[in-house]
This record gives sequence, C-alpha cells and structure tokens, in this order.
Amino acid sequence: MAEFLFWPALLAYGEAAVAYFGEARQPGRAGWAATWGVRIGWLVQTALLGVQAARADGFPWSTWGGSLNLFVWLVVGAYLIWGCRPRYRLLGLAVLPLAVVLFALARIGGGTGTEGQSHYSNLFLVLHVGLVLAAFAGFTLAAGLSALYLWQERRLKRHERSILRVRAPALAKLDDVVARTIAFALPALTLGIAVGIVRLEDRGGGYDALMAVTVLTWAVYAGYLALRHFVGWRGRRAAYLVLAGFVLVVVVRLALPVTHFAA
Amino acid sequence: MSVVLVGISHHQAPVELRERAALDPERARDLARRLAGERGEAVCLSTCNRTELYLAEDSPDEAERKAEAALLALEEELGPSLYRLRDEAAALHLFRVAAGLDSMVPGEGEILGQVRGAHHLGATGPILDRLFRDALHAGRKARTETAIGESPASVSSAAAALAEQVFGELGGRSVLVVGAGEAGELAIKSLAARGAAIAFVANRTPERAQELTRRYGGTPLSLDRVAENLEHVDVVLSSTSSPDWMLSRAEVERTLHARRGRPLFLIDLAVPRDLDPAIHELDGCYLYDIDDLEAVVAETLAGRRREAERAEAIVDAEAERFREWQASLDVVPAIASLRARAEEIRTAELDRAKLSGAERRAAESVTAAVLNKLLHLPTIRMKQAAAAADGVIYADAVRHLFGLEDDR
Repeated sequence: MAEFLFWPALLAYGEAAVAYFGEARQPGRAGWAATWGVRIGWLVQTALLGVQAARADGFPWSTWGGSLNLFVWLVVGAYLIWGCRPRYRLLGLAVLPLAVVLFALARIGGGTGTEGQSHYSNLFLVLHVGLVLAAFAGFTLAAGLSALYLWQERRLKRHERSILRVRAPALAKLDDVVARTIAFALPALTLGIAVGIVRLEDRGGGYDALMAVTVLTWAVYAGYLALRHFVGWRGRRAAYLVLAGFVLVVVVRLALPVTHFAA
Repeated sequence: MSVVLVGISHHQAPVELRERAALDPERARDLARRLAGERGEAVCLSTCNRTELYLAEDSPDEAERKAEAALLALEEELGPSLYRLRDEAAALHLFRVAAGLDSMVPGEGEILGQVRGAHHLGATGPILDRLFRDALHAGRKARTETAIGESPASVSSAAAALAEQVFGELGGRSVLVVGAGEAGELAIKSLAARGAAIAFVANRTPERAQELTRRYGGTPLSLDRVAENLEHVDVVLSSTSSPDWMLSRAEVERTLHARRGRPLFLIDLAVPRDLDPAIHELDGCYLYDIDDLEAVVAETLAGRRREAERAEAIVDAEAERFREWQASLDVVPAIASLRARAEEIRTAELDRAKLSGAERRAAESVTAAVLNKLLHLPTIRMKQAAAAADGVIYADAVRHLFGLEDDR
C-alpha cells in the first residue's frame, strides 16, 4: 500500500516542479497545474504517512530515510500555506524540485516503506524528531523565501524591464514572512533540542558534533530575530543570514545518518 | 434588421478632427434619439479616441446615409476619415473596442466604462441592447482571462506599481513630493489611488505646494528641509526643474540608521535629474529615473500586445455568438407563426371534442406534450440553419409547407 502511494505522490510533486518552470516562463495555466500538483502530492503523501503510522511498530520515521520522508511532508505542508497564492508561486521553483529530490532519497534510504522498526520510545521521538523536523521545515521555507527576496531585490537593483511582467511578492512582504516563519520555527527547534538534552541526561551518553552544529543553527536564527528586533536588520543582509542558517540545516540533515542513525 | 456602424477613430483622424466630432454625454444621447426615430435603434459612442454611431434598422443603406449625414454635420472635413461597417463586421469592431483592442494603449480600462455609458444613453431596442451587452461581456472576459489590462501603461502608473513591488500594498505608506509640476502630479494621483498618503510637498513656490497639499493632503515644506524629513517617509517623488541634485547619496545615507532597515523607494521624473544616481547603490534604496520607468513601460506594453493576441481569440468567439443570435432572428417569426398555428389547431380540436372537465385537462396535457415534442426538432434545426446562413430559405419553406404566408 505504501509503495502504491509513493509513486503518485512523487509524480504529482514532479509535475508541480516542471509546471513551476513553465509558470516562470509564461504565467497562467502552468501555475494552476503546479498548485494542484502540490496539493494532490501532499494529500497522497499524507495518506502514505498515515499507512506507515498504522502499520509500524513504534515511531515509523526514526530512520534517516523515514525522517527525510516526514521532513518533505512538513516542508511541502508549510509551503502550501503561502505557495498557492499567485505571487508566491515562484517560491515553488525552489521548494518543489528540492522536495522531489529529497522524497526520492527518502525512498532510496528505505523511509517510505512499512517494514522499519524503532529502537526508541514513541513519545521521545514524536517530540524530538517531530519538533526538530518541523523547525527545519520552517527554516527551509524561510530560506526559499529569502532566495526569492534576493532575486526580487536584484531585479529592482538592476532595473530589470520585466519586473512588472513576471511579478514576485513585494520585498517588504517577503522580509516580514521570513521573520514570521523563523519566529514559529525557532521555538520548535528550542523545544526539540531541550527534549533531546533531557533524554541524553536521563539515559546517559555523550554530546556529538551534530548536536554542536544544531545548537549553532539555533544561535544563527536566534541572532537573526534579535538583530532584526533590536538593530533593525532587514533586507539583503538579513536574507543572507537566513541562507547561512540554512547551510547549517543542510549540514545537520546530511550528518544525521553518520551520527544519530548510525546505530 | 441590420446593424450599421459609421465612425471616426484615432487610426484615421488626427486629434484636430476628432475633437470637433467629440460629443458630451447629453449631445450623444440627443443624437442617438434623433437617429433612432420611432422604429429604429441608435447608440453614439464618443470618447477622446473615437466618435462612432451604431444604428439598427431594416434598411442598412438608409441607416448608413443618416449616420454619415449626422457626423458630417458635426464636421464637414470628416468625410475621408469615416469608416462604415455592417452586421458581423460592426459587431466585431465594437467587441474589439470594448476589449481595448482598438485603443492606442492595448487593453486600457477606461473604454469599457465609456461603452457602458454609451449603451446607457443610447436609444436601444432588442438588437443594439443585445449587441452592447455582449460587447461589455466580451470586454470583461478579455480582461479577466488574459493579462491585457494588468500592467501599467504610463510612467506614473509604472512608478506606483514599482513602489508596490517594494512595499506590497501602499496603504499606510507615506510619500514625500519634491517639486509640484504636472508630471509629478500624475504620479501623486497614481500613488494616492493605490492608498499611499502624501506626507510632505516641497516646492520652490510655497503657494503651489499648498495647493497640492489642499488637494492630496500632507504638509508643505521648503526645499531645504527635504533631507531632514527623509526618515519619516517610504517613497520620494521628485520632479523639479533644478539643475542640481535635490538629494545626494550622503544625505540619504545619513538617514539610513534612523530608518532601521525600512526600504526607501525614490522616483526621479526630472530632466535634468534631481536625485543622485549613487543613492541606488545604498542598501534598501531603490531609485528609478525617467529612462528606467520608460523602459519598464515599454516592456509592459510589449506584454500587453502579446496578450492582445489571446484577447482577439476571445473577442472573435463572442462576436461569432452574436452573429449566430442575430441570424436566428431571421427564423424567429416563422417559428412563432408555426407554433401559433399548431396551438390554434390543437385548441380548436379540443373544443370540438366536447369533453368533460377532467377529460379536457387530461387531453390538454397530452396534446400539449405531443405538440412540443413534434415542434422541438424543427425549431432547433431552423435555428441551426439560420446560424449557417440558410435561415431565410428554411423559414420560407416552413411558411409554404404549413400555409403560414399570411402571417408574414
């Protein structure tokens, strides 16, 4: 059943990714097709996760592939909040190709089946993995929005003639949405880290490099919010800082199989 | 009944001629009523780009002659610039006009309101009422299904649209106006129409600044106080005739700290330029001069022309629907006569049968159903034949076969 659901979801995300390229070239029907591709793909993936949850013995996304599967679902779900609005459709150009690649990797990593077994307690994993992945999904979306900000800003700085033909969200709006996304994601990461530390203290065990990078990621995004609030950091510099934070998110995601899932 | 159009437009007639043929709403209404007379229909569409008379009459030649005479009475020299169209061609022309496809700037939005106004003031009957309603529908459809009317077509509206690219909605954003010339006022109107508030107006002559603040709000300023008020505004609009910079990079840079990262959008409509181009290099500052704005407008106009091709297809389809409807009118009297004759026979036969009340009701129900089923297909076929231009032949055949000649 899970196998049966994986391919339609991947196909729908793939269709949406291609349609977003079409939308960037000629706004219109392609944008509509892309939006529905994302919606259908996300619903099918939701069903896939439901089947996994029903059949698994314990938390089904505790493997690297499984966590990637859940991560893609969270990223696309967060994207759906804004991405269906016509001006934010261009954000799909950044999010959907990434979702397709990560979803395919999740399958290669065995994260889309129903045969996995968890070594950890459900409550801990739901809280720790769920919160950290939700935060990372938010940071991924914020990075996509920041990339869109930088692209739109560059068009304004270059006085591009097509700026009113291919319309993107306004700079101030993008800046605001990035800050709000991070303001939601950071508390989730804070809680996720706290749950991890509590368990570490309870069960014993050492700190690893991945934890250090995760805390550094937290510091970058906390610094972003502090600089924005107290110093008035906005615009290009703030967008670069968000992208720098996202590099750390990628590092943490890549390092997961080496550290947390090595056992 | 035929539809006849006689008119002049910006394609053939220069403004010196058009202005002499232009009619205010009252004169347009009077002319339409005079041309319509007692049995005809007439609408006068008069805008700055065209004066067109639409007539619906049984005799198209007579209608054309009357319309020509009416226009030549306004200005004798119009003769060589007049165009004359009939039926399908006239309808297609009006549909293109309503969609903005015949305008100087493709897709301009004002024309739709002008067509609506002309329809409202016209002496319309079944033909012209349907024609103008369909034209308004085609105009709206072309605008909603294509992007022909979306992009700004003037420098002032492009400036406001660019400000929206920086800030989003302009409601709550404040504008500092430097120089109160005519070009600046157009941009003020565009910004104000999108919700921006005029905070300050700085001008060499205080009277003109006060005049603008009375109309658009805000506080009058002297030119030497422009830099110190930058901190409080989001948009700067400059259009003075000064040979020197009104704002230098250093002056803007000094305010950046106090702005706390809020972007600043600067519009320089002046030649020679008022604003130091180096301002554009500052983080969060976006400066557009007249050349930059004209380049954006040129691109959006090119986009409108591309969209116009899609809008033409929509308008063609709507005009075809009107043609089919108009053609179906050829067979409507024959259909009505046929149905009336059938009803007459049915009622007469029922009367002769001398039925009781219940029997009569049952027989009426059955015979009405039989009649409707029998006449349904011929009615549809006649309308289809009318759309394919054979309507008159079919109508004559029906009249002959059923002996309806006297009902003509």
